[in-house]
Amino acid sequence: MMLVCSFSIVAQEHFPKNDGVKSENTNYTAFTNAKIFVTPTQIIDKGTLLIQDGKVVATGTSVNIPTNAVVIDVSGKSIYPSFIDIYSGFGVEKPKRQGGGFRFGGGQYDASREGFYWNDHIRPEQNAVDHFKYDAKAASALRKAGFGVVNTHLQDGIMRGTGALVALTSKGSDAERILDDRSAAYLSLSKSLKSRQSYPNSLMGSLALIRQVNHDAAWYAKGGIKITDRSLEAFNNNKGLVKIFVAGSKANALRVDKVGDEFGTQYVIVGGGDEYERIKDIKAANATYILPLNFPNAYDVEDTFAASVLELSAMREWNQKPSNPKALADNSIRFTFTTDGLKSPSMLKANLMKAIEYGLDKTKALEALTTVPAQVLGQSNKIGSLKNGAYANFLITSGDIFDKSTTLYENWVKGDRDIIKDMNIKDIDGNYSFTMAGKTYDVKISGSASKPKSDVKSNGKQLGSKISYKDNWVNLTFTSTDTTQQEFMRFTSRVNQNDNLSGKIIDPNGNIAYVSAVKSSSDDDSKKDGMNKRGGSNKEVKMMPVTYPNGAYGVSELPQQETILFKNATVWTNESEGILENTDVLIKNGKISKIGNNLSASGAKVVDATGKHLTAGIIDEHSHIAAASINEGGQNSSAEVSIEDVIDPEDVNIYRNLAGGVTSIQILHGSANPIGGRSAIIKLKWGETADGLINKNAPKFIKFALGENVKQSRSQNGTRFPRTRMGVEQLFTDYFTRAQEYDAKKKNGQPYRYDIELETLTEILNGERFISCHSYVQSEINMMMKVAEKFNFKMNTFTHILEGYKVADIMKEHGVGASTFSDWWAYKFEVNDAIPYNASIMHNVGITTAINSDSGEMSRRLNQEAAKTVKYGGVSEEDAWKMVTLNPAKLLHIDNRVGSIKVGKDADVVLWNDNPLSVYAKAERTMIEGATYFDIDKDKQMRSKIKKERSELMTMMMQEKNKGMKTQPIKAKDKQLLECDSMD
Amino acid sequence: MRKIIYIYSILMLCCTLSFAQQTPADTQSQAISITGATIHVGNGTVIENGTVVFENGKIQAVGNSSTVTKGTVVDASGKHLYPGFIGANTNLGLVEVDAVNASNDQREMGSMIPHVRSLIAYNAESKVIESMRPNGILTAQVSPNGGTFSGTSSIMQLDAWNWQDAAIKVDDGVHLNWPSSFSRGRWWLGEPRGLRPNNNYAKQVEGIIAFVKESKAYLKGKRATKNIPFEAMEGLFDGSQKLYVHVNDEKGITDAVNFAIENGMTMVVVGGYQAHTVNGLLKNNNIPVLIDHTHSLPATSDHDYDLPYKNPKLLADAGVLVGIHTGSNSNFQTRNLPFYAGQVVGQGMDKEDALKLITSNIAKILGIDDMLGTIEVGKSATLFVSEGDALDMRGNQLTHAFIDGREISLETHQTELWKRYSEKYKN
Repeated sequence: MMLVCSFSIVAQEHFPKNDGVKSENTNYTAFTNAKIFVTPTQIIDKGTLLIQDGKVVATGTSVNIPTNAVVIDVSGKSIYPSFIDIYSGFGVEKPKRQGGGFRFGGGQYDASREGFYWNDHIRPEQNAVDHFKYDAKAASALRKAGFGVVNTHLQDGIMRGTGALVALTSKGSDAERILDDRSAAYLSLSKSLKSRQSYPNSLMGSLALIRQVNHDAAWYAKGGIKITDRSLEAFNNNKGLVKIFVAGSKANALRVDKVGDEFGTQYVIVGGGDEYERIKDIKAANATYILPLNFPNAYDVEDTFAASVLELSAMREWNQKPSNPKALADNSIRFTFTTDGLKSPSMLKANLMKAIEYGLDKTKALEALTTVPAQVLGQSNKIGSLKNGAYANFLITSGDIFDKSTTLYENWVKGDRDIIKDMNIKDIDGNYSFTMAGKTYDVKISGSASKPKSDVKSNGKQLGSKISYKDNWVNLTFTSTDTTQQEFMRFTSRVNQNDNLSGKIIDPNGNIAYVSAVKSSSDDDSKKDGMNKRGGSNKEVKMMPVTYPNGAYGVSELPQQETILFKNATVWTNESEGILENTDVLIKNGKISKIGNNLSASGAKVVDATGKHLTAGIIDEHSHIAAASINEGGQNSSAEVSIEDVIDPEDVNIYRNLAGGVTSIQILHGSANPIGGRSAIIKLKWGETADGLINKNAPKFIKFALGENVKQSRSQNGTRFPRTRMGVEQLFTDYFTRAQEYDAKKKNGQPYRYDIELETLTEILNGERFISCHSYVQSEINMMMKVAEKFNFKMNTFTHILEGYKVADIMKEHGVGASTFSDWWAYKFEVNDAIPYNASIMHNVGITTAINSDSGEMSRRLNQEAAKTVKYGGVSEEDAWKMVTLNPAKLLHIDNRVGSIKVGKDADVVLWNDNPLSVYAKAERTMIEGATYFDIDKDKQMRSKIKKERSELMTMMMQEKNKGMKTQPIKAKDKQLLECDSMD
Repeated sequence: MRKIIYIYSILMLCCTLSFAQQTPADTQSQAISITGATIHVGNGTVIENGTVVFENGKIQAVGNSSTVTKGTVVDASGKHLYPGFIGANTNLGLVEVDAVNASNDQREMGSMIPHVRSLIAYNAESKVIESMRPNGILTAQVSPNGGTFSGTSSIMQLDAWNWQDAAIKVDDGVHLNWPSSFSRGRWWLGEPRGLRPNNNYAKQVEGIIAFVKESKAYLKGKRATKNIPFEAMEGLFDGSQKLYVHVNDEKGITDAVNFAIENGMTMVVVGGYQAHTVNGLLKNNNIPVLIDHTHSLPATSDHDYDLPYKNPKLLADAGVLVGIHTGSNSNFQTRNLPFYAGQVVGQGMDKEDALKLITSNIAKILGIDDMLGTIEVGKSATLFVSEGDALDMRGNQLTHAFIDGREISLETHQTELWKRYSEKYKN
């Protein structure tokens, strides 16, 4: 057995030496007869790898081996460049969260640091190297998993500062380990644990903050900020570094990529492993992805009660997620892997093999672990390959590194050897037999290279046995043939050059015998067959098709525009024609093409609508569905945030809304603060991407809010201004005054700090952005109009507006619209005088009045809510219907395209089986721009498909459990319906 | 906080003083006949052009146009006559404004508190209660919410001076919150959000069983030292009170049914989201269900979008006695009870069967069908006249309503404000 002393790597020649004599080692080491992967695609068979002083000197088949070389013959073995993980927290301790857990109200609004950015969660000045402490245990675990180098950083904050590239060698000091101390800059969407500063407390807030930091850094660089800001200085200093952004999911990947694009930054994105669900958009983002490899275990579905809450999307995730790397490879998207998120780096291999089983090409897999991460960091000449001059970071394996049976023998980092498994250990697999005291024993040994197993029989009788094999010694214990006794025979043998096992046996009575277990020759062949089989076969994996969204009621492709002729319908036009009986409507090219009698159109699909009602699609002025976050309450104004950044196209409530005849909604920011965030006005095109949902023809909107919520009335220890309605008025006055000053500076051509928040408010002043203002009591409603008048703009919509009936005349004069609940009241103090006649009074006064939902439940029955204005206050049915269609369209300034059945408008229509205002009515078909997004018959088919797929997946998961695979307990998403008050 | 509560209390008081409540109607003094109406009896039958006669608060005659009238005649031609709707498992009178703690008496502290009685806190003058009547809800069961054994409910008529004259059945049943098979991740403590199997389920059920065993043992004994909670369980064992078990999931319902049978209790399932999956068990054991109101969302993404809409029908079709309860909703929403029933018609249920969900079926489930739930001779004259179909928003427009023959006011704090401001804008 060879023993090679490790080199002392790059000598610390200027250090004094007090523990012996100077002993620099300039020998070479040569590895001969190996299959060498210089790169994943440059492979040398039976080659030599020559290294010296921690670096590769040469590779090839005819390498000249110097005389002062230690030669290691590794015939039959493979050498790979070692792996690289560029999203790591190795050796950098994560800070502990400050204070307790969740706290309501009483937040900390100001920064806790001085001389840094105004927001504690922006920490680009952090450098991993300042916090780094070599962790020998973690390094050993990483080396065992095949890693040689990691890029580590302090995993804390939205801007996290720079990372350090670290070689995982146990020898030497950090001076030798740290290859680059400013190797990349890291960002995330999560706040620092070191501070309780409340802003940002939403996803959209984090995105807005990153934008503002970019603007501020540019302004700082121009000298616009007179004080020292070490965060912005660091941000500017880090400009040239690779930026690695932890997104954690496909949706967030697209979000952060978009923000990056706005500032000319292409982030490298740490993904969520769910990229396959939207692979085209992921590809279009043009980023390199760092993928976690944590595939979920099957769910334990034996308990049918518990399993009933398990959703199809979760089961599909189990079934499909291992296909993610293949999907990226197939689409030529560059990716690397990280062990982050795995319980231990040792799980990497099993998961990687699973991905390969799902079709990931092995070369791609190897690239993802070697050359790609090296390229990302711009370190290709140093790491990730075995090219000359690169660090001698490599693995010696028994064969194909992605094969289950392959053993990783050694992991060399910068020429420093770590023996994972002794590669000179002899393979002793085979069948042996020996005779003792007249009895013949047959011993079968398998798995000796990794986990030895034994099987002992005597004259056909099975005996219990246990084997250990270490350092060339075999210890085999087996039960005696007398099964009435619990007695053991112990056999110990040193493994020799010949194939037999010769050693001594001690029987239960302490008698010692020397025996030689003779190996039979036939076994080798069968083993070779096995090897071939392992290498060649590729088990078929049954994978469920991906839908958009990838769960129940998802679609495999988007519905297409159709030419449809509705015959003989009762048509609620919302125009001067009123309600037309027995009328035909032709839908063509996404538009309402003709309305009339006895229409015909060639190629049109004819729908008999006799006895049915055709209306414009319902429009919900106030919705909170389909959004990943709703409130940014971390400050009293959050005009810089936008719901458009956080649209969630996968919310099943989109589909449920369609089933209730809804086609357009305004997703409003919540009511946590007086100046809320910007709205998203979307069409409910179920199956589309977040961007595809946005109504590009809609104008800009923002949410404002008044009353109990914004003054945090139900929080005992509120510290945020304002705490009264008096303060609310002053807050608006303050912000609009600042916006006026800002706008003046801009218009005068003076230099100014670009402020996203004031930009937004300026748009309001200039009539380019409309306000939808959450409001309840008459005093505050009146106040808001007066503030607007003072600043020369008009309030567009009061939403909720439950006491609008008390100031309807003043509202009418101001020219504001109203979007209210039909009959809500009594849920909080400020709605004590809310009456269900509110809508009818405002309507009668001449205010454009809409009925809204603010609830994912009510939104799917807005037709019924409109009908309540008939009951409470006697609004005509025709006008009542407009309150959920044409009137909200007017309030949103989209009535030129939607809201009525008029030739030339978008074909956003609903076919009802009854008068749409009736509680008995059901939407049978809901169309947007001429494409059918809900069809009651198709819904039925989907239900049975869901049922079938659920059972199929459950069967597969039970089979998985029967195979002995690990399972996880059932869990289900908690349906959190976001409303105005939701803090998320 | 105390200060805030204090301020709220003052404000509440001011409001209470500024608008007077409707005065409860006097006892019926003379016979009344309603004629020409489409009578929806509440048991599935309809009488066209029908007449109802009632005197001393009781219905004396129901029939077609040939029925002899008596006393004051109300011409209801072209209109519809319904038995008063019954709210089940409501919190009416126990809370005035949800977010104002001082006005909230729904949940007492403690876990095993069957002795806590809802009618004590019942505010007969609640503005929320008066807002029920114009929509046809004339009777309601009022239940407490807290703890495991939450306390005892009572059934009230909704036009009264105080809880004493409101109560028509005192302490009708005890409410039990059955443990859920699932627990929610406490995300504010860093646990992952979402539902997972409740590991404490068996232990929590064991706690209920132990309490029942202890109660039984106590009640058989000499009761030398009084135990108030155990005393409050007596009606469940002697059959004079019902056990309302609030439970939604299939496993919980199954366990609760077996628990009630083993202990000889008359049980009602309240909630019952998954009751349709065990309708055989429920039918075979004559266990009725007060199903959650229909205007709610499916529990998981995979469920049919209209599952809450059709849930009552699924049970009714299987032969289970089912009514709709409103306890899971905010208090004020109880006035939408007729529309919760109407929603089921859209799912293919017959209109008169849907009517039963909020009249006769509930009366049977609550054990007041001798008095209420249908328009039949001998029953209380608790009924109303509507311009149109009262299960539909388009038709629910009350012109007359009677509780025990007393013609009650259909005005409310809200109609007064409506009139006042409509008047303001007239010119």
